[in-house]
Amino acid sequence: MPHLRALRPGRAPLLWSAAPAFTRALTVALAVALTAALALAPSPARAAAPEQTLLNVSYDPTREFYRQINAAFAAAWSQKTGQKVTIRQSHGGSGAQARAVIEGLKADVVTLALAADIDTIATHAGLLPETWQSLLPDNSAPYTSTIVFLVRSGNPKGIRSWGDLAREGLEVITPNPKTSGAARWSYLAAWAWASRAHPDTPEAVLDYMRALFRNVPVLASGARGATTTFTRQGIGDVLLTWENEAFLALNELGRGQFEIVVPDLSILAEPPVAVVEANAQARGTGALARAYLEFLYSPEGQALAARHGYRPRHMEFAAPEDRARFRDLELVTIADPVFGGWPRAQKEHFATGGVFDRIYEPGPR
Amino acid sequence: MMAHRVSRPPPRGWRPPTSEGALTRRVLIGMTLFFLAGLLLLPLFVVFSEAFSRGFDVFRASVTEPEALAAIRLTLLVAAIAVPVNVVFGLAAAWAAAKFEFRGKSLFLTLIDLPFSVSPVIAGLMYVLLYGAPGLLWPTLQAHDIQIIWAVPGIVLATMFVTVPFVARELIPLMQEQGTADEEAALSLGASGWKTFWSVTVPNVRWALVYGVLLCNARAMGEFGAVAVVSGRIREETMTMPLIIEALYNEFNGVAAFGVASLLALLALVTLALRTLLEWRYGADLAGRRATR
Repeated sequence: MPHLRALRPGRAPLLWSAAPAFTRALTVALAVALTAALALAPSPARAAAPEQTLLNVSYDPTREFYRQINAAFAAAWSQKTGQKVTIRQSHGGSGAQARAVIEGLKADVVTLALAADIDTIATHAGLLPETWQSLLPDNSAPYTSTIVFLVRSGNPKGIRSWGDLAREGLEVITPNPKTSGAARWSYLAAWAWASRAHPDTPEAVLDYMRALFRNVPVLASGARGATTTFTRQGIGDVLLTWENEAFLALNELGRGQFEIVVPDLSILAEPPVAVVEANAQARGTGALARAYLEFLYSPEGQALAARHGYRPRHMEFAAPEDRARFRDLELVTIADPVFGGWPRAQKEHFATGGVFDRIYEPGPR
Repeated sequence: MMAHRVSRPPPRGWRPPTSEGALTRRVLIGMTLFFLAGLLLLPLFVVFSEAFSRGFDVFRASVTEPEALAAIRLTLLVAAIAVPVNVVFGLAAAWAAAKFEFRGKSLFLTLIDLPFSVSPVIAGLMYVLLYGAPGLLWPTLQAHDIQIIWAVPGIVLATMFVTVPFVARELIPLMQEQGTADEEAALSLGASGWKTFWSVTVPNVRWALVYGVLLCNARAMGEFGAVAVVSGRIREETMTMPLIIEALYNEFNGVAAFGVASLLALLALVTLALRTLLEWRYGADLAGRRATR
């Protein structure tokens, strides 16, 4: 092709040599990518296997707990029925997970932090009956938790009770009740204590809450963030947190650096579980899903709950060393007349313009 | 000539307009190095040192456990789909935009850039609204038992959306500068349109194309926001590397989190090295100046 060469001096004839080389390389690269995609794609054979699967959509801190529950349940189920079962597990913020289920995440069971989140699934998407909470024992909560204090080793500030938290000059770490479930429970526990301490004087209760939140230097958005603030960044004298989170901090984040103070009175949090009936029905997993949740109430499930820092409904099934970690205290429920259930408490305390907005002033103290 | 210049000394107090005093130079260079170290080198170093803080065996165990392996596999799968699709789209889009005049071209160019200006979170939410339960296409998808959101297809879609501009944006300026002379020559010599495209247009932009692929790949593997919205966070199924890094970190599993993070960072470093190599070797081609012209 001499005329081509003439057209582009100093260059090899483009059409016939250099170009196809690169074009070939590009084609090869695309083919390799395609092969890789096919090789990496989940094989349909796995999906077609006779084994059953369940999707458990849960909240963040339960990962280790459900990892063990899932293994134990799979073993128990195959022993009983000879059927192999795999539990698929999803974790995220409790509210966000409820949203995902509403928007089409095909959960067979939900195990969330708040009954209100499962209520939302029932009312917004109608995926389970609104009476879901009465379908399993103990308000559909196989285990409970409560709010305790985590203080620095030796308790240098001498913090013993809710009353101490309002002392001047103390720094209290708790997340924002607007965004965090744990913070709402902490707030309500403080409120319950103050209502008992100052019966018939609502103004004194408000004064206490004001003083308490004056001691909060900054509101983290979630429970994990608050724990990190207190343990890793070393900010604050006391952290208000879940009992299981406090155990975790004690064991994982530096032995001997912290200790737990259990107040005389706190709140009873009941993280609920439920079968998402519509999804389970569509997938034909109803019986399996129910058996899975019932397993949480079994001796084995209860012992595992205690091992991971949740208070089992049947404390007698917990291992002695786990049982010893849970100290007795008076527990107020959300149904207590002082709150009157979640919907009322939510509206009264945490809605825009509610009590929390009135007692908390952000910014420098 | 030279002597003539030397014979006329510059006026007193004159200095070359582009040179600064030694102090100024040192301060400026020092500041640059300081920010480079503080913003880039130290954080990178910390990621690796945290990953290996409990020794190599713990590191290896943490990146080979099933959840981490599943995340690596999914990330590679997503990139293996998203990058080739974007290569094809980017080539076609740049070819159309650079070689032809048509009505609505500026709108077309703006649309290509849209993913750059839209927050990834919004990108994810758009797909949730479209393919999710209350969404437009949900009834159809349900009827055919197809799951897009909260599954791998949704993750691929979200990744493709955020990486759409990378290849096209690399190619368009270069192709525009190159003009249509080569193609016209090929066509006038009797080559078919298809042949012209493959034998002239594509080879002319090859290094820019490779460069765009590298950038596209880095983003596809590292995307967090859009993927987080559509993932559903099912362990060993829809958790990509960035998602698992965040999850592990929040579970106080620092070594595992930084182990996976260091793998991802290593990937970025390889990309960076390839990029530098390309620029050093083919800088002229990338900038659109061709030696033969």
